[in-house]
Amino acid sequence: MWYHKPVIKEELLQSLPNLKIVASSGVGIDHLDLNLLSSYGVKLSNTPFVVSTDTADLGMALMLASSRRLVEGHQMAVSPDTEYFPANWLGAEVSGATLGIVGMGTVGYKVAERAKAFEMKILYHNRNQRNKEEESAVGAIYCKKIDDLLQQSDFVLLSVVLTPQTQKLIGKRELALMKPTATLINISRGLVVDQEALVEALQNKVIKAAALDVTYPEPLPRDHPLLKLKNVIITPHIGSATEKTRRLMMENMMESIQAGLTGLPIPNEVL
Amino acid sequence: MAGELPGLLVNEIGGVHGILRGHVAFLKKHFYLITMKEFLENRKHMSKKVQAIYLWWHKPVIDKELLQSLPNLKVIANSGVGMDHLDLKLVASFGVKMANAPCAVSSSTADTGMALLLASARRLVEGYHIAISSGIEYREADFLGVEVTGATLGIIGMGSIGYKIALRAKAFEMNILYHNRTQRKEHEEQAVGATYCKKIDNLLQQADFVMVVVSLTPQTHKLIGKRELELMKPTATLINISRGAVVDQEALVTALQTGVIRAAALDVTYPEPLPRDHTLLKLKNIIITPHLGIKTDKATYMITEEAVENILAALNGLPIPSEVLPS
Repeated sequence: MWYHKPVIKEELLQSLPNLKIVASSGVGIDHLDLNLLSSYGVKLSNTPFVVSTDTADLGMALMLASSRRLVEGHQMAVSPDTEYFPANWLGAEVSGATLGIVGMGTVGYKVAERAKAFEMKILYHNRNQRNKEEESAVGAIYCKKIDDLLQQSDFVLLSVVLTPQTQKLIGKRELALMKPTATLINISRGLVVDQEALVEALQNKVIKAAALDVTYPEPLPRDHPLLKLKNVIITPHIGSATEKTRRLMMENMMESIQAGLTGLPIPNEVL
Repeated sequence: MAGELPGLLVNEIGGVHGILRGHVAFLKKHFYLITMKEFLENRKHMSKKVQAIYLWWHKPVIDKELLQSLPNLKVIANSGVGMDHLDLKLVASFGVKMANAPCAVSSSTADTGMALLLASARRLVEGYHIAISSGIEYREADFLGVEVTGATLGIIGMGSIGYKIALRAKAFEMNILYHNRTQRKEHEEQAVGATYCKKIDNLLQQADFVMVVVSLTPQTHKLIGKRELELMKPTATLINISRGAVVDQEALVTALQTGVIRAAALDVTYPEPLPRDHTLLKLKNIIITPHLGIKTDKATYMITEEAVENILAALNGLPIPSEVLPS
């Protein structure tokens, strides 16, 4: 499967009597019905670890681009109407600011490692607290209640897995808890955020800005309000989009498929 | 003139080029502010009052005429670290001290360098336009950038800004090479895992990302030209956060057009802004930003604080923290 296609429905599974394994590119498996697959005796694999650093890098790229107004700045620098660069055109500092990471899995932790080098204060919210060594290596403080993280953060970064529990994890209530000077960064799945609530929050300056690598759907309909807001950066789900990583993903998938076909233990099997 | 604050000459207050309004209250605590307009309208009265000048974005222009008309001028404080717009010898010949603001700028400028590196590598600006364009559906499967984690970063100019970039890049597990007038101490190198390249060629040949962070001097003028660009890998990216004149812009255009290097990201050009018909503005594989290296509320305020500290030291005959001497 590449970019979640072909879509796996019962009809397809019924028509493929010798199907042994589905290898899915990337780490997310929210687009698949695991029970359905297993009922047909079909194995499933993903590519969890190879995407982590690229995705963490993109999270940092979005945070820096948003806070320093990089996209707007580029437009100003190349626009035919620009005559000068105003001295009072300012962005917000990343160094020394507070980053709240929602979802401290592999990707979230790598974001923390990077953010630490920018002397950021790091808060995190996760199903489980990380151990003391892991926390102190990145200087991260656990927020058992997501509210505490939302109230203190200058940047809120979402790196959770999409599950029924994390769907619309960030809605009107959560956005209202955030600082009006805060920025929301989403590198997880579009459905983790209540998009309508986000549009309202951005329009009414409940939060300052958003930077989204993921939306629901992808791409958004061309008349969607998110595409028109000045304080939004959207990228076309490029979290793992580098030549090197895509090649590694493909290699991982090949390994999983070969193992699945020969009855050997499957690397990166999803149970 | 007991009880009167020393006169501080500034170009203008507010508007698109002037001292930020948010800084005025702080400045007025220590100085009697005089704008160039007020000075020119009332030279006779104002000229003796001016003891210090605070340059904001290189203005007011310091020339012989101005220096001659300010008999009590003791110090010129620059907003920012670059001093290439000042004739240091001329100023010194009038017995006037100079200071820049190196501490306030370093984190903010290092962040800008990293922002440009990441945005270029991951094709963020292009990706944004694809994501919001009203055109036909995009073919996202084709859209690939280059990896940052684990790549090789070559830092040209390892001053305080270059070093902060190294600290940040290390967290991305980058392999760090650097070229500098002098080698850093061993413990400084080890802290960031940086390897010294005495010859710039070695750095250029190995780096995936070349970050230029030098001050502009006669020696660094057109430091990166045709020869240097050709030494770089065809898959490499050039990032310039120093001064436009450090790069030979015509050579850069050619290099980008012919695939000699992959891409460039420039926070600085010569001039700023570029003429609207300049070829650099039309290239697909370039990101240009409007000299935003220090343009944050925090950094700009810290710059003014640092300038005030330097000015007050000079006026009180104390050692100036960031004094700049003519070389």
